Amino acid sequence: MTKSIMLVGVGGQGTILAAKLLTVALMDAGYDVKMSEIHGMSQRGGSVSSQVRYGKEVHSPVIEEGGADILVAFEKMEAMRWLNYLNPKGKVVVNNWEIKSMPIVTGKVDYPAGIIEELGAKVPTTSIDAAKLATELGNSKVMNVILLGATVKSMGLDTLDWERIIKENVKPALAELNIKALKLGMAQV
Amino acid sequence: MKKLLTGDEAVARGAWEAGVKYASAYPGTPSTEILENLALYKGDILAEWATNEKVAMEAVIGASMVGARTICSQKHVGLNVAADPMFTFAYTGPLGGMVIVTADEPGQHSSQNEQDNRNYARHAKIPMVEPSTAQESKDMVKVAMEISEEYNTPVLFRMTTRVCHSKGIVECGERTEVGVKPYVKDIKKNIPVPAMSRVQRVQVEARTEKLKVYSENTPLNFAEMNSDEIGVIASGVCFNYAKEVFGDSASYLKLGFTYPMPTGKIKEFCSKVKKVYVIEENDPWIEEQVRLLGFECFGKNLFPFNGEMTPDVIRKSVYGKPCDTIETDGSKVVDRPPTLCAGCPHRGFFYEIGKKKNVVIAGDIGCYALAFTEPYNATDWSNCMGSSTGTGHGAQQVFNMLEGDAKKRVVAVHGDSTFFHTAMNGLVNIAYNRSNTITVILDNRITGMTGHQENPVSGYTLQGLETPEIEIAGVVKAMGFKNVMQVDPNDLTAMKYAIDWALANEAEPSVIITRWPCVLKKFSAQDKAEFPEAFKSKSVIDQDKCIGCKSCIKTGCPALSYDAAAKKVSIIRDQCVGCGVCIQTCPPKIQAISKETK
Repeated sequence: MTKSIMLVGVGGQGTILAAKLLTVALMDAGYDVKMSEIHGMSQRGGSVSSQVRYGKEVHSPVIEEGGADILVAFEKMEAMRWLNYLNPKGKVVVNNWEIKSMPIVTGKVDYPAGIIEELGAKVPTTSIDAAKLATELGNSKVMNVILLGATVKSMGLDTLDWERIIKENVKPALAELNIKALKLGMAQV
Repeated sequence: MKKLLTGDEAVARGAWEAGVKYASAYPGTPSTEILENLALYKGDILAEWATNEKVAMEAVIGASMVGARTICSQKHVGLNVAADPMFTFAYTGPLGGMVIVTADEPGQHSSQNEQDNRNYARHAKIPMVEPSTAQESKDMVKVAMEISEEYNTPVLFRMTTRVCHSKGIVECGERTEVGVKPYVKDIKKNIPVPAMSRVQRVQVEARTEKLKVYSENTPLNFAEMNSDEIGVIASGVCFNYAKEVFGDSASYLKLGFTYPMPTGKIKEFCSKVKKVYVIEENDPWIEEQVRLLGFECFGKNLFPFNGEMTPDVIRKSVYGKPCDTIETDGSKVVDRPPTLCAGCPHRGFFYEIGKKKNVVIAGDIGCYALAFTEPYNATDWSNCMGSSTGTGHGAQQVFNMLEGDAKKRVVAVHGDSTFFHTAMNGLVNIAYNRSNTITVILDNRITGMTGHQENPVSGYTLQGLETPEIEIAGVVKAMGFKNVMQVDPNDLTAMKYAIDWALANEAEPSVIITRWPCVLKKFSAQDKAEFPEAFKSKSVIDQDKCIGCKSCIKTGCPALSYDAAAKKVSIIRDQCVGCGVCIQTCPPKIQAISKETK
């Protein structure tokens, strides 16, 4: 049975690295894996998604509407934007973090209130203060790996050899920090 | 050896394994990473960024004609630029194998149109292959090289965004060194003057007949029989989408070699199933062939003619609804259009030009294409790479026929890489035909939108070799422009002065060159020497002084944030790079924004 993980966020948040670590680990564990993402214009502060699918034999590299087993939102409004891709029996991991888009920056509209509550009312939702946790670890950029930790725990993939995967795919100077971040993320679920 | 590769990476790998010696391209999403990855095979392959797709195609044709295996890659619209040499090389043909990659964009994730470049295969009379996966992307490059050499033809290699940018597991092989075939002058083959190309024309038709036989026999076109009820004919990523939806409940005719089409295989397949679905993105390329052969099928009468044919789209078309989804009312989602980055050197220009009345802005392709949006509302139109100067000139000539308010000044805007791509041709036209069009070249020292590729201003080649910068100001002056001014776009006073200076000269054309590196660029030694203070500080807003006038917000900087309740603007410290543009927009009496003191 093919499983689908949808990582969404705002260009520049590190969804691509998180998806890369995930796919490498899944291939390492013997799964067939496909991953799809869009590069180019949307990266300039736009809404982005990285889609990871794994199983015995994966056909489509993209997740269809209603097809994701888990929706991982690196920014909370993005969870709402992509919610129609989640299977109604799926779950959400959401970063309790706001990035204002241009209509909000200019004061035309307000950032929507009550997102986490609405998500929680619809599907099992784990809200994580990844920014706060990352700052506590000493580097705000590891927010993405904290969220990856929560994702792999939620999908029962926490037993894969993550320390080795991170050491093999992250700059040596940052490996320990990323391992800590991953474990911290796992502990949030 | 198994590797996780994108389709683009797999094409590069396949080209390396096939013994390719030379490659050239101009960047364009979603094809860019093909050449970037070819460049990693240093020593085996010489990979070069060309100034545009036509030049890339010509360079690769030259390399092929003297015996090397070669590959060029471009996005779909890039092939329009390169079409001229391709059509005639289809007659004269290669010596070393030549593959032309077209990366199409169903769904238009990063493109101005959705053209289906499969049509080029029939139009140029060259064979075409279409991979569905990363593994096929690698394997089919090798097959395409063999077809190219055996049938004396360039081969069109049609990919789409999802094939280019999706990763899959690829079983990799080793490189087969094929060397360079000895070049022998052969004017009957290589010179298409009418007397000879009339002969070549006939040879091309004979070649197509042979390729029809190949198409029937190649394992790239195969049937997978599971059911006699439903049969699906598909190529490219659509095959994977169809399998996702129908699984083993349908039979499949999977087409990997799609021009010329395997008519025998199609007839046989259609005869064996009761209902035929042709699933393809964009044009009814396969469908028309099926209908020509006399078979009824479900194609564009059922599936959309535009966009991607993802599993949910197929499901909606065939079954009337997608999988179950969670109901949302959309009230908690605000648009998130792409924006110019914090610190983008294009900001200063668009902030100032946006304030001008009676000015029409001819845009171009690049990050600055985003300047039509709020809060700049600057650009009036855009078309294709390099078009700003051509369209700008034509518009200016017509405005000059008018009087009063109807008469407007045209400002043509493009970037450094776009200048060398084809915008410079339009500049020559402005100089030659003497319109008073104003041209603004936003030189950010790199090809930005596609992810930072070297170009003639950046001082380096794709191979990392230093190369003299071709100075835009010098080129423009050599064209005959007398009024050329270079400014720092982050200095709003200088930017405004330059725009006013150009507008004031109603008799002659002017060129303004803004020069400041892209905020995301990895600075070269030259950049560090030229811009020692760039992005070294941050700006801060004194909350006691801010009166909430939102002057700074009009710069459209994503590092600024307006708090409606407090009526104050603040700076998101993590995002600010201290370009200083917002500081200059704060009213002189207020001066709430300043450089952070350490």
